[in-house]
Amino acid sequence: MMAKCLDHLRSKDGRWNASLALLTAGMVALLLTILLFLMSEAWPFLISADTGHGGNRLFTNLLQNPGWYPLEGRFGLAPMILASLAVMLGAILIALPLGLINGIYLEFYASAAFARGFRLLLNLLAGIPSVVFGLWGLTRLVPWITQWQPPGASLLAAILVLSLMILPTIALTSASALASVPRELHTGAIALGLRRTSQIIHIMLPAARSGIVAGTILAAARALGETMAVLMVAGNVVQIPATLFEPVRVLTANMALEMAYAVGEHRASLFASGLLLTLVVWGLSWMAYRLGRHQRKFARHD
Amino acid sequence: MMIDQPTAAYTLGEMEQKAACCVPSPILQVRDLAVYYGNNAVLADVSLDIHKGCITALIGPSGCGKTSFLSTLNRLTDYHPGVQVRGQILFDGHNLRQESVDTLALRRRIGMIFQRPNPFPLSIRRNLDLPLKEHGVRDPHLRKRKIKQALKDVGLWDEVCDRLDSSALSLSGGQQQRLCIARALVLEPEILLMDEPCSALDPISSRVVEELIMRLRGRYTLVIVTHNLAQARRVANYVGFFWMRERVGKLIEFGQCRQLFEAPTDALTAAYVSGAQG
Amino acid sequence: MIDRVFSTVVFAAAALVVAALVWVLTDVVSEGAARISWAFLVTEPRDAGRAGGIAPVLVSTLWVLVIALAAALPLGLGVAIWLSEFAPKQRGFAAYTGITLDVLAGIPSIVYGLFGNAFFSVYMGLGYSLLAGGLTLACMILPVFIRTCESGLRQVSDDWRQGAWALGMTRAAAVCHVLLPAARPAILAGLVLGIGRATAETAALLFTSGYVDRMPESPLDSGRVLAVHIFDLSMNVTGGDGAAYGSALVLIVLIVLLNGLAQSLVDNWFKRRISQ
Repeated sequence: MMAKCLDHLRSKDGRWNASLALLTAGMVALLLTILLFLMSEAWPFLISADTGHGGNRLFTNLLQNPGWYPLEGRFGLAPMILASLAVMLGAILIALPLGLINGIYLEFYASAAFARGFRLLLNLLAGIPSVVFGLWGLTRLVPWITQWQPPGASLLAAILVLSLMILPTIALTSASALASVPRELHTGAIALGLRRTSQIIHIMLPAARSGIVAGTILAAARALGETMAVLMVAGNVVQIPATLFEPVRVLTANMALEMAYAVGEHRASLFASGLLLTLVVWGLSWMAYRLGRHQRKFARHD
Repeated sequence: MMIDQPTAAYTLGEMEQKAACCVPSPILQVRDLAVYYGNNAVLADVSLDIHKGCITALIGPSGCGKTSFLSTLNRLTDYHPGVQVRGQILFDGHNLRQESVDTLALRRRIGMIFQRPNPFPLSIRRNLDLPLKEHGVRDPHLRKRKIKQALKDVGLWDEVCDRLDSSALSLSGGQQQRLCIARALVLEPEILLMDEPCSALDPISSRVVEELIMRLRGRYTLVIVTHNLAQARRVANYVGFFWMRERVGKLIEFGQCRQLFEAPTDALTAAYVSGAQG
Repeated sequence: MIDRVFSTVVFAAAALVVAALVWVLTDVVSEGAARISWAFLVTEPRDAGRAGGIAPVLVSTLWVLVIALAAALPLGLGVAIWLSEFAPKQRGFAAYTGITLDVLAGIPSIVYGLFGNAFFSVYMGLGYSLLAGGLTLACMILPVFIRTCESGLRQVSDDWRQGAWALGMTRAAAVCHVLLPAARPAILAGLVLGIGRATAETAALLFTSGYVDRMPESPLDSGRVLAVHIFDLSMNVTGGDGAAYGSALVLIVLIVLLNGLAQSLVDNWFKRRISQ
């Protein structure tokens, strides 16, 4: 066995195989290291028993919302988790219908030349750094909202900027999901004499559904993980917002703001929120993967 | 174990007689060969001799293991996970299925041409240069000479000598296939395995490649898998007929070309070559 | 009638989106262009960045990018080659690696920042430095880069693999001389994606490469990248908006330029491999 291994290493391919496999093992080790470090940094926060309530601090923090006063040892993450969810849902609520209609436009209405230009624009915007979107939101959108409902930096501003950021992704993924629907289905709908609107709404959209949903979920994951744009326009006050015009602080912004000076249990709480965020994003990606696989199966089937 | 004895030149036989091209002298001896994918046999009980300097055609319907058989001869099956080969293949008296055989050197001596022309997406020159370099031909002048000779051998030199640095993919299908043959010839192999070398080509290119194959007889030993019975009849000295029996490919009959086509011993062969079956 | 209403809605939505996107673009370009000059690119920032230029910021950005790519490219290509050419198909270790990559790709960038701070800055003792920032970015861009290269290699026709093997070439030679040049578009796409993400990244660099806007003297110095500079100017410096827009335009132009550069470099390199 040993001799065979050595013999293997003597050939060029054997050496390549061994060294590249080693590299790959390094990649797996990297993931383990990342998880290990996040866990170990978050550990003090995850296990510490809250003396007042006797339960695990993480759960009391999540459920009972004692507020976020890290310097006094009160780490209520609930308002920020809610804010993160609100920003994400709001952005999806705006970007999904708009992006979907733009996908329909790209696939069924736009002329070839215009569609190419439009795609180029969408790709360009998908590549613009989030900090530039944040800058734009801060200097254009926020003053504009301030005129209307001060203070301006608010849940609404965050939702608008974020929806602008994920719109290109949703539009492009829905267009490609629509494009992957088998041709025959469309021809069949035309042959049945369905009007154009019905072709699209009743035939094409349901057929492309899982692809569109998968793209949307990925966009949601991105919205949840987005830091800079939201940090710059959301106002960053830790509270559960009552209206769209109140400032909020999301989980990611909290990490970016406090990491620079956090020590001890405070630092651990930031790592714990990072871990939490990662788990949610993984969950979303997994859902998108399952749905995307279904779409591919469908496309292959016909 | 090294297989590197030089081989002698051969005498050409008379094409018209459709007889053996020379005194039969086996270069490859296949004994009880079987190929398994996982636990399913796709080919079993194949025993035949490939003679030096002759063209051996393998005919039969698709899916009866001809291609699998061909790729056992240069151990290309090594790269297909889950494929198991049993039996014996003697090449110059050595079993080439032994672990210790240097497969890279073996494939230099036994070249292979595929159904679809597969020139690399590189320049015409580099397509031929690369295998030479890989097999340790360091002298650039020598490589240049060999490349020119190989291109001349396949009749491509006049067509491409002024554009050796353009992409091989810019050639027509027939030219690509001849380039692939040149790429195999540049390594000076003893045996060329051809897996339906004409079936992906248009009739004219197919004719050109077929003529090339006939010109190679004598200098090289050729094994050709083909669906085209007329082609087999035109070019081959020996013909092997494969057929599926109980979902396993079998060699039904093997013999000289004229005998197999004109006086087959097996009823199935007779039916197949007369077009009644398959 | 319904068709008319529906198509009106569709066209209106498209117009709205185009208008919004064009608005953002023209704003950034016009505000930024007003600020950019040669002096802006080559002078040090003054007055917390309100005046002066962005020279040290540009240098830090390039440092971080070079470190990230130098670490990620060879590693990523190696892993992609192993996964597509050497690994036993879809079984055991290779399948786990695939899952690992997807999992890594899903981690939000701010969490990479946390990890980079804990691992490179604190545990490895690199402190706030360009090296720590670059390595953090390398971890971040690796999974996507590997996935793109791997799928590009997998899409290369098996005919060429067979051809190379039948000529008695080693797998390694087939990869170097035939498969990598054939997978060029995918490798390029992966590279462009990586450059785009690495240049645009802010959150992962806040606590790894830091804020210091002095000219870095070595990769072990702390340095402020363009994206962090934009963030700092707009959030923490009143009256810094003009310089922020200038930096934003520089950042976008830089990304476009780097993509072009990557494209021509990769093309040239492969052209040499292809013809010679």
